[in-house]
Amino acid sequence: MNYIDGFRDPDVAAQFVRLIAEQGRELAANGRHMHIMEVCGSHTMAIGRYGIRQLLPANVELISGPGCPVCVTDPGYIDAAIALAGQGAILATFGDMIRVPGSDSDLTECRSAGGSVEVCYSPSAAVDLARNHPDREVVFLAIGFETTIAPVVSLVGEAQSAGVSNLSLLTAFKLVPPALRALLTDKEIKIDAFLCPAHVSAIIGSKAYEPFAAEFHVPCVVAGFEPLDILYGVHGILGQALKNEASVENQYARVVRSEGNPVAQARIAKYLEPVDASWRGLGVIPASGLGLRPEFAAYDAEKKLGVPVRPGRLHPGCLCGEVIKGKLRPTSCPLFGKACNPDHPVGPCMVSAEGTCAAYFKYGLPGERQGGGK
Amino acid sequence: MCLAIPMKIVEIRDDGKGVAELEGSRHVVDLSLVTGARLGVYVIVHAGYAIETLDQVEADATLALFAEIVQSATSGTEGRL
Amino acid sequence: MSADAVVQLAHGGGGRLTRELIEREIVPRFGSGPLRGLPDGATLPSPGDRLVFTTDSFAVQPLEFPGGNIGHLAVHGTVNDLSVCGGDPKWLSLALIIEEGLPFSVLGRILDSVRAAADACGVTVATGDTKVVARGQGDGLYVNTAGIGSAFPEFVLGTERICEGDCVLVNGTLGDHGMAVMSARQNMDFINGPVSDTGSVHRLVGAVRAFGAAVRFMRDPTRGGVATVLNEMVEGRELGILLKERDLPLAPATRAVAEMLGIDPLHAASEGRLLLICDRDSSSAILKRWRALPEGAGAVCLGTVTRDKGRVVMETVTGGRRLVDVPRGELLPRIC
Repeated sequence: MNYIDGFRDPDVAAQFVRLIAEQGRELAANGRHMHIMEVCGSHTMAIGRYGIRQLLPANVELISGPGCPVCVTDPGYIDAAIALAGQGAILATFGDMIRVPGSDSDLTECRSAGGSVEVCYSPSAAVDLARNHPDREVVFLAIGFETTIAPVVSLVGEAQSAGVSNLSLLTAFKLVPPALRALLTDKEIKIDAFLCPAHVSAIIGSKAYEPFAAEFHVPCVVAGFEPLDILYGVHGILGQALKNEASVENQYARVVRSEGNPVAQARIAKYLEPVDASWRGLGVIPASGLGLRPEFAAYDAEKKLGVPVRPGRLHPGCLCGEVIKGKLRPTSCPLFGKACNPDHPVGPCMVSAEGTCAAYFKYGLPGERQGGGK
Repeated sequence: MCLAIPMKIVEIRDDGKGVAELEGSRHVVDLSLVTGARLGVYVIVHAGYAIETLDQVEADATLALFAEIVQSATSGTEGRL
Repeated sequence: MSADAVVQLAHGGGGRLTRELIEREIVPRFGSGPLRGLPDGATLPSPGDRLVFTTDSFAVQPLEFPGGNIGHLAVHGTVNDLSVCGGDPKWLSLALIIEEGLPFSVLGRILDSVRAAADACGVTVATGDTKVVARGQGDGLYVNTAGIGSAFPEFVLGTERICEGDCVLVNGTLGDHGMAVMSARQNMDFINGPVSDTGSVHRLVGAVRAFGAAVRFMRDPTRGGVATVLNEMVEGRELGILLKERDLPLAPATRAVAEMLGIDPLHAASEGRLLLICDRDSSSAILKRWRALPEGAGAVCLGTVTRDKGRVVMETVTGGRRLVDVPRGELLPRIC
C-alpha cells in the first residue's frame, strides 16, 4: 500500500530501535528517565498493534493520555443518547460508541431492548437515514477531537442543502490543546515530552504546540501513526532531551502543515463555538469543548429534543480517570482483567476502540516489560 | 482518535466528491475540507472525508531519510540524525 | 409469475401455494435422487462404519454479497464442518425460513447457488423444508443445513494431540468473507472491495488423508476469524501459537478495507479456509499437495506451536510482539 508500507519497513524499524537504545543508555548515564505522553488514542493502539513498548529501553516510558474521545466522555452522554432512543429517535453513531458504559446501560443493550441504533462509518450516512425515515428524528452522536469534528459538523450544511430537518447532533466535541494544558499544570503528572497526534495536528497545525514547548519546556514531536513514524518520533524526542532542548518538531510534514488545515478550521468555526466541557478524569476544563452556535439550534439535539446531557454516574471503583491522565498504568488497576475486561467493561477505557486499557488487554503480553518502569 | 489513511484520487465526480483508491479498492470521499485535491493526488481519508492532502515530496523525503538511516547502519557509520 | 413476484405468507401455508412454491423452486433444482416424489424423509444407504453429522444455520445481511450469497454459505459451511471433523460429506438437508416479501428472483438465485455448490462438492440435498414468516420477522431469508458424511478412518483429531513444534497451515488469504460482507452493507459504497472466499475445503482434507496421524487438528475459521480458532486450539494448555505478521496472507482489497475501517483481519470471518495443525516434518509436503489444488494455491504456514500459556502471539513487522486476542463483541467499523 502506497505511503503506508514504506512506513512499516522492518529494517528501518530495527535501526531505530538500535538508535533509541543508544540514546536510552546515554540518558541513563545521566540518571534520566523519560516519560513520554502519547496523547492520541490512535498512537496508543498503534503502539500496541506493533508491540513497540517492548522495543524501548527501560528508562523510556510511553504513557497513554486522554486522547480517546470516547473514554473522556461523561457516562451521562450515553444516558442522554439512550433516553433519545427511548423517545423514538434513530441514533446514528460511529461503531466506537456501541459498548461504552453509561450510568446503567449502553447502546448495545439499548438496541437489544428495541432502540434504533445504526452504526455508520461516515457521518454522511445520517443524512440518508433522515431522508429514508422522514417521520423520525435522526440523532448523530457527535463525539470526537478536531480530526473528526470537521467531518461531523459538515452534517449541518449537508442537511440544510438537502432540505432535511429531522436530523440533529448530540455534541460532545473536545479540543486537544486545553487538555494538554490541564495535564501539564497537574503537579501529580510527570510528563517530559509529548508525542503529538497525527491527524488532530493536520487540522490545528504543528504551531499549536509551540506555547507548550516554550512555557513548560517539553519537546513536542508531531508523529504519524505508522510504526516507523512512532519510532522516529521517540528518537526525535530523545534527541531533544539529550540536548536539553524543547521545541516543536513536525515529523509528519507529509500531512501536517504548520498552520493546519484552514478550510477545516473555518468550517468548525462557522458552526461551533467554544464551551466548557467535562472530561472524565480531568474534570471540567473551560473552553475545551465545542457546541453548536445558537443560530444552528435546530440541529442541536439537546435543545431541539429537550434532553440535556447531565453528569452521569461513574462505576465505583472505576479508575479510568487516572488511566486517562497517565497516572495509572492499566495493568496496575485492581479491576484490570478481573472485574473489568472487554466483555464486561467497567469503564470506557476498556471498551473504546482506542481505550488505553483495551489496547493493553488486546495487545499486551502480561509479564513482559510494558514500556519499562513499573 | 483519528484512523485515517492515504488514498489516491482516481476520479472527481460531477457532484464534487472524489473516488479514492487503495490497493484497487475504491470509495467515495468528500473533498470539501481540502484544497488541491486533483486526480493522482493522495488524500488522508477519515470517516469518508478527506482531511488533508498528502505532500508526496515530503513523504518521499521522509522515506529517503529512513533509507539513509539503514544505509549508514549497514555501512558501519551509525550516526544520529 | 411476473418478474417482481414475491413470496407470500400463503406460500408457507401448506396448501396450493406451498405446493406451487415447491414445484417451481425446489423440484427442478433438487427433485432427482432422494427428494424424488417429495417423501417426508430421505432413506439413505448407511455411509460406512462411522458417520459424521453436523448442522449449521445461516443468517447474513446482505443476502447477496461480493463473491457469493447465503446459498453458497449454507452448503460450504456444512460441508466444511463435516470435512474438518475428518468426514467425507455426502448428504445435506436444506431448511428455508423465508420472510414474506422476498422476491422470487432472489430466492431463485440463492437456490441456484445451493445446487451449484452442492454439485461442486459432490453432495446431494436429500431432504428439506420451507416455511414463510410474516414481513418483519425474518431478515429476508434464514437457512439451515444439516449434513451427513462418512468418517475417514485415517484421522485421529483432537486439540490434545497438538504439540510444541507443530505447524499451523492455512490454504489461502484471511478474513475475506467478513470484510466482503461488512463492505457490502449499506452505508459503505466500495468498488472493487473485498470478495468473499466462500468455498469448500473437502478436497483439501481429502488430500491429507495419507498423512494420517501427522494431522493433529483441523478447523475452518468462520465467525471470529483465525484469531478465535487459534486461541481455542491452545486455550488452557501449556502451549501457544506464534504467528509472523509478514507471513500473513492477505488479499489486497481485504487488507485495504481493513485498514480503512480499523478492523483486524485476524478477527474477520473466512468461509472457505482450513486451518490445519500438523507435525513439523509433514508441513512442506502438505503445502505442496494443497498448492496443486485451486483452493490451495495460496497455502502457507502461518506460524508454529510454542511453549506458552495458552496464548496466540504475533511477531509484528517492527520485531516487537503483541497478543492476538479473540475479538470482543461485533466486528464494527471504527473511526478512532
